[in-house]
Amino acid sequence: MISENTARAKVLMASWEAAVDYVGTLLVNDHKVRPEYIPAMKRVFTELGPYAVLAPGIVLLHARPEDGVLEPCLGLITLADPVPFGHSENDPVDLVFALGAVDKSAHISALQQLAGMLGDPQKLKEIRSAQDDQMLFKVMVGNS
Amino acid sequence: MRIATLCGMGFGTSMMLKLFIDDILKAEGLKAEVVPWDLGSFKGNKVDIVVAPTDMESHLRSEKAKVVLIRNLVDKAEIKTKVLEAIRNLPLQDTK
Repeated sequence: MISENTARAKVLMASWEAAVDYVGTLLVNDHKVRPEYIPAMKRVFTELGPYAVLAPGIVLLHARPEDGVLEPCLGLITLADPVPFGHSENDPVDLVFALGAVDKSAHISALQQLAGMLGDPQKLKEIRSAQDDQMLFKVMVGNS
Repeated sequence: MRIATLCGMGFGTSMMLKLFIDDILKAEGLKAEVVPWDLGSFKGNKVDIVVAPTDMESHLRSEKAKVVLIRNLVDKAEIKTKVLEAIRNLPLQDTK
């Protein structure tokens, strides 16, 4: 689901909005989602509350399939300096995942992979220590 | 036994919680139907246990089922401890 074009390591972001724009733009430029998916992810995040910050330092962003998903996809940026996303305990965030799903059921195996990755402290350590895009991509696909 | 996992959309987070809980139950030899739901369409459904992110606490105050709130949604240990405790506290006939 992740492609070389949708993984970026150690980027510098001033705010959560900027981080969403950045990871969303990676998916747009890779022709995985339409541009309107980016504001949709922001809207969903603001409407539903900060629980999308799943774990300390980790946010999983997504909107609805009908918000402009062209292909199932995953984007990930790791932040050089963590930024707050407004969660009472899991802030600040340094791993920003953006998920695009085309329908509920087809996506389960992809989510399963992601869940396995996020539930694995060793994997998270590797993701966090990847210093460049290529290394980050390698760590990500090494899991699947 | 019926367990609902909740998030705002019934899609990402709730699905991930379901996957973790399915694994945990399997390892424990327990059987349950685990259904991901979005908060809006869940209301009114009858289940034994509701598992949700801590942030949703305020929406679940009137819930009749046992509510389990998870802080770290990718921490299998936290999910396991809390869900198994909730299952243990259910009336016996429901754990089959």
